[in-house]
Amino acid sequence: MIELDARRLMCPMPVIKTQDAIKTMVSGDNLRVTCTDPGVMQDIPAWCRINGHTVLKIEEIDHEFILTIEVGND
Amino acid sequence: MATQRKAVALISGGLDSLLAAKVMLEQGIHVEGINFYTGFCVEGHTHAIRKKDKAKPKRNNALWSAEQLGIKLHIIDVIEEYKDVLINPKHGYGQNMNPCLDCKVFMVGKAKEWADENGFDFIITGEVIGQRPMSQRKETMPVISRESGADDRLLRPLCAQNLPETLPEKEGWVNRDELYGFSGRTRKPQMALAEKFGFVDYAQPAGGCCFLTDKAYSVKLTDLWASRGKKEYEIDDIMLLKVGRHFRPKPHFKLIVAREEGENNFLQGYRKQFITLRTMSHKGPLTLLDGTIEDDDLELAAKIVARFSQGRDADTVDVEVAELGEVIKNISVKPFAVDEIQEAWRV
Repeated sequence: MIELDARRLMCPMPVIKTQDAIKTMVSGDNLRVTCTDPGVMQDIPAWCRINGHTVLKIEEIDHEFILTIEVGND
Repeated sequence: MATQRKAVALISGGLDSLLAAKVMLEQGIHVEGINFYTGFCVEGHTHAIRKKDKAKPKRNNALWSAEQLGIKLHIIDVIEEYKDVLINPKHGYGQNMNPCLDCKVFMVGKAKEWADENGFDFIITGEVIGQRPMSQRKETMPVISRESGADDRLLRPLCAQNLPETLPEKEGWVNRDELYGFSGRTRKPQMALAEKFGFVDYAQPAGGCCFLTDKAYSVKLTDLWASRGKKEYEIDDIMLLKVGRHFRPKPHFKLIVAREEGENNFLQGYRKQFITLRTMSHKGPLTLLDGTIEDDDLELAAKIVARFSQGRDADTVDVEVAELGEVIKNISVKPFAVDEIQEAWRV
């Protein structure tokens, strides 16, 4: 599991950081992104859908939003 | 079997770029979207700041457009590179601080670089001749093609029939007869095309996608540069221009007063970078002080802050001053009356 800290970043920066992290990973890897901007709840899943990755879990803990993503094939 | 040609589409999240990409998909072109984040984009983080906006959908329209089209979208951080575009625009500014023509040249140029690196054949935009007074005119279309380096690899599907043939047309990768000849500020042809393609829910046309086209924002940016004596900024500077009431009671400092709870929460994140003022005896806004302080400046600042607290009519309001997150002073002040806050201080 790769961890990505995207706290205090406002969208679309968490999406960009997620995109850049996934570029360095391979299919089947998992990425856990921790954010504080609630906009990620829409934007990261949307980005994953169009780019072929799967959001495995979305958690909201103490005003933080944590998304676990499985990297897709492409 | 012919090779499927590939186009990278500049996707802003608006209707025109959505349609331009769709026209290419209809011609069998493989399309992927690209979206550049300059720091001034209305899309994105500004939705998340103000509490009153929280009920509104927070979708990112560029992502939404890509999803409607069934294409990939690559979002690129160009914050650093964009500074030179804004600070030194070769073609100047528009009505406000918007360097629209230079911005378009820059973005098409970046898209061309991306296309070259990723094996794409050409670039498409949703530009329409006459749609925008600065960047989308018949005279500026060749300027963008030439100065971006894209030349005849830049195709504008919505107005291509009004322009010279581009490489994709000459080579037969796309059929010019199935492109469009839209022009002018009317949105009716785009709306009709959207209906034809079955797009019913798209971003409202004619909405600016950049804070630099906004007069109030541009005034704040100009003030920032004037106060520093030079044109420079960091991402935090330009984000803070989007938030709160701004007052400059002295040339060497400015106050950013939160207008509501969402902005208060947002400004909390800057407590360790600025001097902050907070009313303690009454509910009130968190305020950042950007600049330096001399002599009685803190009292002046506290009187302004107190004016925007619930103690505005009280004899005294207690104000806590902190520097980089550590409390340095507590002062009691009589809040300014409304007419004591000079109009010239408002930025």
